[in-house]
Amino acid sequence: MTSLYDEVQAAPAAGVEVRRITVNVNGTDRTVDVEPRLLLAHLLRQALQLTGTHSGCDTSGCGACTVLMDGRPVKSCTVLAVQANGREVETVEGLATASELHPIQEGFKEEHGLQCGFCTPGMMISAKALLERNPDPTEDEVRWALSGNLCRCTGYQNIVKSVLWAAKKMREQNQEA
Amino acid sequence: MAPLDELKIGGMGASRRRVEDNRFIRGKGRYVDDIVLPGMLHVEILRSPVAHARIKSIDTSAAWEVPGVRLVMTGETMAARNLAWMPTLSYDTQAVLATDKVRFQGQEVAAVVADNPYIARDALDKIVVEYEQLPVIVNPIQAQSPDAPLIRDDKENQTSNKIFDWEIGDKEATDRAFAQADVVSKIDLHYPRSHPSPLETCGSIADYDRSSGKLTVYMTSQAPHIVRAAVAMVAELPEHMIRIISPDLGGGFGNKVPIYPGYVISILASILTERPVKWVEDKSSNLISTGFGRDVYLEGELALRKDGKILGMRMHTISDHGAFFADAQPTKFKIGLMHSAFACYDIPAAHLVSEGYYTNKAPGGVAYRCSFRVTEAMFFQERMVHAAANDLGMDQAEFRRVNLVGDDMFPYRTAFGFLTDSGQYGKCLDVGLEAIGYSTFKQEQEEARKRGKLLGIGISTMTEPLGAGNSREYDIIGIKMFDSAELRVHMTGKAILRTGAKTQGQGHETTWAQIVAHELGIPADDIVVEEGDTDTAPFGMGTYASRSTPVAGAAVAMASRKIRAKARKIAAHLLEVSEEDIEWELGRFYVRGNQERGVTIQDCALAAYSNVPDGLEPGLENTSYYDPPNLTWPFAAYFCKVEVDAQTGVWDVLNFVAVDDCGVRINPMIVEGQVMGGLTEAYAMANMQYITFDEEGNCIGANYMDYLIPTSWETPGFELHEVVTPCPHHPIGAKGVGECATVAGPAAFVNAVMNAIEHTGVRNVDMPLMPNRVYEALQTGKNISGMPPVLSD
Repeated sequence: MTSLYDEVQAAPAAGVEVRRITVNVNGTDRTVDVEPRLLLAHLLRQALQLTGTHSGCDTSGCGACTVLMDGRPVKSCTVLAVQANGREVETVEGLATASELHPIQEGFKEEHGLQCGFCTPGMMISAKALLERNPDPTEDEVRWALSGNLCRCTGYQNIVKSVLWAAKKMREQNQEA
Repeated sequence: MAPLDELKIGGMGASRRRVEDNRFIRGKGRYVDDIVLPGMLHVEILRSPVAHARIKSIDTSAAWEVPGVRLVMTGETMAARNLAWMPTLSYDTQAVLATDKVRFQGQEVAAVVADNPYIARDALDKIVVEYEQLPVIVNPIQAQSPDAPLIRDDKENQTSNKIFDWEIGDKEATDRAFAQADVVSKIDLHYPRSHPSPLETCGSIADYDRSSGKLTVYMTSQAPHIVRAAVAMVAELPEHMIRIISPDLGGGFGNKVPIYPGYVISILASILTERPVKWVEDKSSNLISTGFGRDVYLEGELALRKDGKILGMRMHTISDHGAFFADAQPTKFKIGLMHSAFACYDIPAAHLVSEGYYTNKAPGGVAYRCSFRVTEAMFFQERMVHAAANDLGMDQAEFRRVNLVGDDMFPYRTAFGFLTDSGQYGKCLDVGLEAIGYSTFKQEQEEARKRGKLLGIGISTMTEPLGAGNSREYDIIGIKMFDSAELRVHMTGKAILRTGAKTQGQGHETTWAQIVAHELGIPADDIVVEEGDTDTAPFGMGTYASRSTPVAGAAVAMASRKIRAKARKIAAHLLEVSEEDIEWELGRFYVRGNQERGVTIQDCALAAYSNVPDGLEPGLENTSYYDPPNLTWPFAAYFCKVEVDAQTGVWDVLNFVAVDDCGVRINPMIVEGQVMGGLTEAYAMANMQYITFDEEGNCIGANYMDYLIPTSWETPGFELHEVVTPCPHHPIGAKGVGECATVAGPAAFVNAVMNAIEHTGVRNVDMPLMPNRVYEALQTGKNISGMPPVLSD
């Protein structure tokens, strides 16, 4: 079991009751004691050391912290960790297997869909949610699906190409299977 | 032996996929906030809610009572250690924690160090500050008033809110040119305050080790070596006991050049608590307190002859620097490189007068994705050119063609004294005009107007100065602007390269290796690139102002050439011939006249550690410090076609054509990525992105609900073209490209919208061209000025 406060060996804020929650993160159940006000983004980043989920704006504005909760994209900076109790959460760390990248990851590298890399995990997670419900999106559908994720470096054109590249590869893989 | 294929080894011109992506796509980037040190504490900062007030008292007693709080700091804590004020990069001072007054909304007032950030925030709420509010100045016009309150009463001999008067050019010659003009074209413009707003905010982790006396700071810095020098001065620590590490940066765009109070606070907190202390600001703090860009007013005039020739140019700028003069720019130039305006045009006489003022707004004036105010310079230039062509009744493209510096005029000395060295301006113009369909546009525009549709085309052409130094003219706080690279080739022919630059998404880990591959024939995959750690990287001035490739990139080439020179001696030894009889081809030396008899660079590397000729030092490594002989001058010609909806004022980009001549391209894929990213920021500034203030100095635009950044949905597509004119003085002919699009882009969008609506009599709408402004202009036929603040926004 992990406590958020292991890092500094300190108690939570005075008078605050700690809740025990179990969240399935990238396929593994994680049981942790948390303050009710703890944000899901901070649970992932601090308690579970999954720092691929980035915290950009703390106000749902930028989408860098996007993760999938029960398959739906959520901005983890405005979800409480306790709301994830009993749910499945998928982060960027869950995309690749030990030996293979996810086609979305390959697409972003192949089409130069990232520069500083800060928006990339959230961007790829939003793309995954899109491609799972729409395996053959148009450019406009990709742009609309990613419009909750800001990027300051790329101008989006290559991000859109990356997602379309991944969509094509995933369709081909599905046909083979 | 078949020669090496440079593209296959990832050399120059290869669109090599990026090395850094391997960690970023796995979520394994290492940004400051990802780093956890044992026993680390967290600091949060209390900021002023008001823009101008005297601090009557600060009561921190309740904050100290919160369990988990380790330290509460105020201006007094800092002052006791002579750290209440720190120097800025423009020879001013800036308050770290306020002692006397607060001078802008969001200024740092107190700080709490606690076991975790939640506790620190709880304790911030318990600090009670009593303010006595003072009159507020929110623009430089108010700042000039004789009745204006004195913002910087902390400074001896400061009797007004003026920071500087600065001028350049030949006033008399310019006056004569205006006296001879057939037409004088005038326009007043405002380039509004904007914020670079990288997605990652600023932050630091200070780790002071009392036993060794060493201070290690992980920091979001584009220029870690400058920070080391500044910390040595401010904190009075010996420079060899300071290690600044700039890990992965989530974007910079100039925002991460200055030194912020939060860094200093975390350093002192670590010294006092003897624990590592992390400071990571939230988005609002970043937007309201860290380095903004722009905020300049212009009165511009062009003296014109009837045939279209520009005879002279006058610019008068008034700039708003906020409460502390903290522009990051070369010492000699108070308004950056504003005088690079009109460098692509052949103009005999020019005169620029600039005034800078303090206001009750956040300090900054950083080079937001530009080379020190070049963005303002080129926007003003292209809006003045647009207005002048209209005043003469001349075609926009034709007017530019008449005045652009011709290919045969290089090297060309501008009226302000810059020396431009190369370019094919006319060719770039032609390529773009054809791609946008310019020849048939006027007819298309007429016909559309008959159907009630408003179409417009905007052109923007410019050359910008990149790659400061040379060091004779360019320094920051006295440190000369050169850059460096250190290359170590291991015995198996693999290598590590370190430079004094610092990548923030530009892909140095990929492109620097390509330069080495080009110079030495070592495959790029065999070279690892490291930057950002002052204990290991050679001294450099960092990455901003598009200076990486022009300066550090040149150093990489020169270090590689030094390695090649030594390897040649080793090759002669291995081949048992004299050095004069050795020839080089990519990756290999051979005996002149016998190409089969040769040794590879890898053979030489092994011999450098195992079989060195007498009299030669072992090893194969070198460092180059590169002081560029001149700036580099890329050229951009941008063409934007828009449709304006007369009912709403909304405008859509129908087509955008960008022609860039950035010299030789190291990695075309990355160059195109830079251009598209820059164009998007240009679109943002033209359309939506600005930081404004109400009359009480409240910052409007302190979060992403109010500070609008374009998403994938609004952002148009871009069509990119290239022209290549190598830089004559750069070792690999490159000119830099990271900022051309941000610099030249905004005027293309604005000129396009103006072209669509100026038949109504409107001459100017100040940025951002939000629908309400465009609609109001269409309805009234009047100019919309950003000064004073537009109330309908």
